[in-house]
Amino acid sequence: MNGEKSIQIKSSASALYNNLSVLRIAPRCLTYFTVVHANVVNMVSASWDGLNFSHRQLQSKEGNIAASSSLIMQASWCVLPSRELLVLTSQKGIQMYESDGSIMVYWHALDNPETPTVTLPKTQTFIERISSGSVLVFDIPSKGSNVMLSEVLEEHRDAVTDMASECSGSLEYMADLVTADDSGLLCVWKSGEDFQLLHKIPGFDVSCSSVKLWKGTVAAGYGTGQIRIYEAVTGIVHAEVNAHARWIYSLDIAPFSGLLLSGAEDSLVRVWHLTMNPDANSVEVEHLYSECITDTQICGAKFCDGDGYAFAVTGYDLSEIIRYTQA
Amino acid sequence: MSMRTLPLLFINLGGEMLYILDQRLQAQNVPTEKTSKVMNDIICTLFSKPFMEELFKPQDMYSKRTQRAVLIRLAHSSIMRLNQASMDKLYDLMTMAFKYQVLLCPRPRDLLLVTFNHMDAIRAFVSDTPAILNQVEETYQQLIKVYTPLSDGEFQLLRQTLLMCFQDLQIRVSAFLKDKVQTCSGRFVLPLGGPVPCGSEVPGLIRYWEACRGQEVCHLFPSGGAYCGALPEGSFHMSGDRVITLGTNISVYSAAVPPSKPILALQMSIAPNLLAKEELTLLSHLLGSLENQDPDKTRTFYRVNLFTVDMEEEYGNCELSFQVLNIQAAKDQQAEEELARIVGEFTEKGEPSSSPRSKGDDLLTLMDELQ
Repeated sequence: MNGEKSIQIKSSASALYNNLSVLRIAPRCLTYFTVVHANVVNMVSASWDGLNFSHRQLQSKEGNIAASSSLIMQASWCVLPSRELLVLTSQKGIQMYESDGSIMVYWHALDNPETPTVTLPKTQTFIERISSGSVLVFDIPSKGSNVMLSEVLEEHRDAVTDMASECSGSLEYMADLVTADDSGLLCVWKSGEDFQLLHKIPGFDVSCSSVKLWKGTVAAGYGTGQIRIYEAVTGIVHAEVNAHARWIYSLDIAPFSGLLLSGAEDSLVRVWHLTMNPDANSVEVEHLYSECITDTQICGAKFCDGDGYAFAVTGYDLSEIIRYTQA
Repeated sequence: MSMRTLPLLFINLGGEMLYILDQRLQAQNVPTEKTSKVMNDIICTLFSKPFMEELFKPQDMYSKRTQRAVLIRLAHSSIMRLNQASMDKLYDLMTMAFKYQVLLCPRPRDLLLVTFNHMDAIRAFVSDTPAILNQVEETYQQLIKVYTPLSDGEFQLLRQTLLMCFQDLQIRVSAFLKDKVQTCSGRFVLPLGGPVPCGSEVPGLIRYWEACRGQEVCHLFPSGGAYCGALPEGSFHMSGDRVITLGTNISVYSAAVPPSKPILALQMSIAPNLLAKEELTLLSHLLGSLENQDPDKTRTFYRVNLFTVDMEEEYGNCELSFQVLNIQAAKDQQAEEELARIVGEFTEKGEPSSSPRSKGDDLLTLMDELQ
């Protein structure tokens, strides 16, 4: 991989799981990045020619007006069929903005939340999880701010750490959503009028910090530094990788190529390739390469495009987003 | 974020403070009985029942301002009086040492072992004083009761909360630089090798299953590091081999003098503190309990300059990058008056002062450093 010019951000990344979100805006040849620092979200938009960067900072809010010092747990884009929303979750509530962060669309108060968000594109909903283990499902209208809480999924007993929706774009897979918690338990769901629990994959008390769902396959990153690949609906373990020497903070999958990206506290980012082998009912995992961000505990690692041609990395106390592209 | 950070924060920072003071007081040939008195007084205050009870209540982290005020008051709960420069340097050293320990902890749960390392050393300091020893033993029990049931995920959240507190703090410490534990830019060195944490495997192995053939396929990949087998589990009991050495009394502080200016400083604009009133209530409660430990107000005080001018070193060879800071503290008049009432009972002259004006001076010194 080649290192590309890194992008400076206004303040350093906080040590939070999955602390980088990327949104590619093809019609405008732009990519947006967000990185959380305490009670502020740093947003950068980068033009594809690498010449123009613009910065914006969003602060957590209470209600829809007052600036707040409450800490932001995560900022990420939710890509829905008709719109994209930037969702911030803080200790006090959830704020949804238009994708460029310019206008707040909705605010929802919560007691003691802790969250990542995920979208299910086909159903126009998105989901929050909170530290009690509950998962909230919201219906999002295609326009406007009439957002409604439609369901609460109560299957986890420990704090939910990450969630992922099926990202292959194909409708042939039964599982739509996987949720992960601090005990390592993975719950696999099917969306519909009501969400239906398909399977529970036990965790053996090893915290799962990051999870992805691709072609009916779950990739999960754990506190022990292991990555495990499961068949979503049955929970069968396809593969186990002793991937990192420290806690994994971030996983990402490039859906068009089957590349898997992992970033951990050991300062390493690793790129893997997943090959589905339906005849043998197996998933092969191959290590492609690793990059070291010297003396930095990685907290966010994301592909910048669906092929995995480029990826970006953030680290604790680092005030830049480091980017790599294929040579 | 975690509501259980305060006991770990103050016990570990307090522990580092004691290591530094012990080292520096001995290095400056302060008589042993005075050093012991200083150490005993600080330990007695830190482990006092009301103070610990307050800390152990589940609550958000204090603001940096409050943390610092409490630690300064703790340092001055003994007969020792530090001038402003010494206090600043002591605070910088303590904080960077603990930041290092939090960052380098192999597993989040090992943060508790780091705490026990500090506690073990503190216990040794007061082993001859049964009353204080008893307080320390009770705190051990409280730590075991509250923290051992927490899951790994909860410990990681606790660690992340502490890391947020120390974010962007990159003051270079000469001893860390010399031992190559810190780089010239102020970042701590993360080694790509050594033992993996307890419960982890050495990276390098991929295993996948071909279900239809019923066989397991193994591949190796280059880990990029020199890792070796996991550490054994340390003891989470009242005593025992903790295994982890972070938090033990390393002799780094013998020559430790941070450069006179922080090289990479924080970008911090302190917005009007919405929680100021609640924090002040807490602070007054805490410091009120500290003040009650001090019945004898007619003691004479021992002034110490911890870090002498001779010891300042130069780092001309390092490539430095400067970021100039703008720190703006919102002047909260009410907060100033309230803090003036609570903190700074004693001035640098070493006499208890009853005039409001000198209490204000002490406070203003504290507030000035936020400017």
